[in-house]
Amino acid sequence: MSHELLGGVTERRLLQSIVEVARHVYAAAASSVFMVNPETGELIFAAVAGAGEQSLVGQRFPAGTGIAGWVVASCQPVIADDVAETDQFASDAAKSTGYMPSNVMAAPLIADNECTGVLEVLDRYTAGSAGPGRELDDMELLGLLATQAALGLTLLRSRERSQVPAAGMDALLSRWSNRMSTATVDPLALTLLAASVDLLDRRPYGD
Amino acid sequence: MTAPLPWRRERRAHFPGLPAWSVRAAMAKDESFEVSAFPEIDARWAWEGADGGGVRVCVVDSGIDGSHALVAPVAQSWQVVADDRGWPRIEPCEPRDLAGHGTACAGIIRAIAPEAEVSSMRVLTDGKSGTGAALIAGLEYAIEHGFDIINMSLSTTRPELRLRLSELADRAYFRRCVLVVSAHNLPVESYPWNFSSVISVASHDQDDPLTYFYNPAPPVDFHARGARVLVARPGGGVVRSTGNSFAAPHITGIGALTLSKHPWLTPFQLKSVLYHCAANFGRVP
Repeated sequence: MSHELLGGVTERRLLQSIVEVARHVYAAAASSVFMVNPETGELIFAAVAGAGEQSLVGQRFPAGTGIAGWVVASCQPVIADDVAETDQFASDAAKSTGYMPSNVMAAPLIADNECTGVLEVLDRYTAGSAGPGRELDDMELLGLLATQAALGLTLLRSRERSQVPAAGMDALLSRWSNRMSTATVDPLALTLLAASVDLLDRRPYGD
Repeated sequence: MTAPLPWRRERRAHFPGLPAWSVRAAMAKDESFEVSAFPEIDARWAWEGADGGGVRVCVVDSGIDGSHALVAPVAQSWQVVADDRGWPRIEPCEPRDLAGHGTACAGIIRAIAPEAEVSSMRVLTDGKSGTGAALIAGLEYAIEHGFDIINMSLSTTRPELRLRLSELADRAYFRRCVLVVSAHNLPVESYPWNFSSVISVASHDQDDPLTYFYNPAPPVDFHARGARVLVARPGGGVVRSTGNSFAAPHITGIGALTLSKHPWLTPFQLKSVLYHCAANFGRVP
């Protein structure tokens, strides 16, 4: 899930920054991000800050399980407090981070109108006053953080996509020149090619 | 210059779109607004002595765990599957719930309206975010099958579904099928909770399941209990949870109580009765 880009900014670095901020603002034991595989719905453990195992990054979980599954399903943030060791939410969090929480807060990362990931905060306010009575404020703030994180992901991915045509241009030209020398050109293909060139002309380079 | 009426107030500026809608109960209580009341309509008239009996509720969600003691029995259970061509098809299924979200909602409805008939339409097919086609197909099936109330504690952010969902919401409204939908608790555009033909619900932070507030500043209609709710969790037992997903089923349950006592209320009448019975209705500033 990590993509190298200009300036060395990668998705992994962005996600790591997101979880570091989330852990800090909630004085939480840990924060983590799962990304959703758009084909299978699998949740991929993508970053962790605080208590947890960096070595588990990359681990995959079946679609729809745990509190992350709730969030992806409903596209809504949720808090589960007082989760027990026997609870599926706690044990799923423990399997991913190696840390057993007593409360979990999670919000969707919505990019391009889809839930592309889940931001989780485990055991908030471990260093300060406890949270009862401020759940709605906690949730609103997490929603804002998740929204900002999703905007960052969207920007990163759109930059990544904008690199693809430039990278493939040489290969396309090479294929085209090979075809010109070996075969006649389908009129429909020629029409499509002309349309593509028009599109390229319309689009400022590097935009 | 006097302050604009709540329903004509500018929306709060909030990047990048809409504010999150949940409020502390104190804020909801402090919002005053003038009303023209039907004085005989109050909570005693609406649901005192009612148990939800005779009212059919469908939870359109991730399924319902029919074996959970706080939820059972589940009257009917369906799921949306893809046929050979990839088109959505509705088929009966065992009442089960991989994610647990629908089970949580069903448990809240059962706790408030214990005799209501609760059914399940699983549109979140394989646990991943429901496809638009599955959501549309499942909701349409539920509307066509004569449920009195459909609980939807989910929304879609996909703008291409807006028109179809709007048509379905209107069809439900005219068929006397009340859609109770959780408002989105993120600053994003999503549907169908913000349609005028549905009842939309966000959270307050009080603990009484029957206390809810009317919101005079649209598009959210009501604030219901949504913080620290003990909800049925997958595999048995409960988990203390917070979210608008759990506010909507409170209004669904209260609506089921009201319809069991007054079965011929139309959706607009039910919304009006809920308005009259809200905790902040007619409060003298």
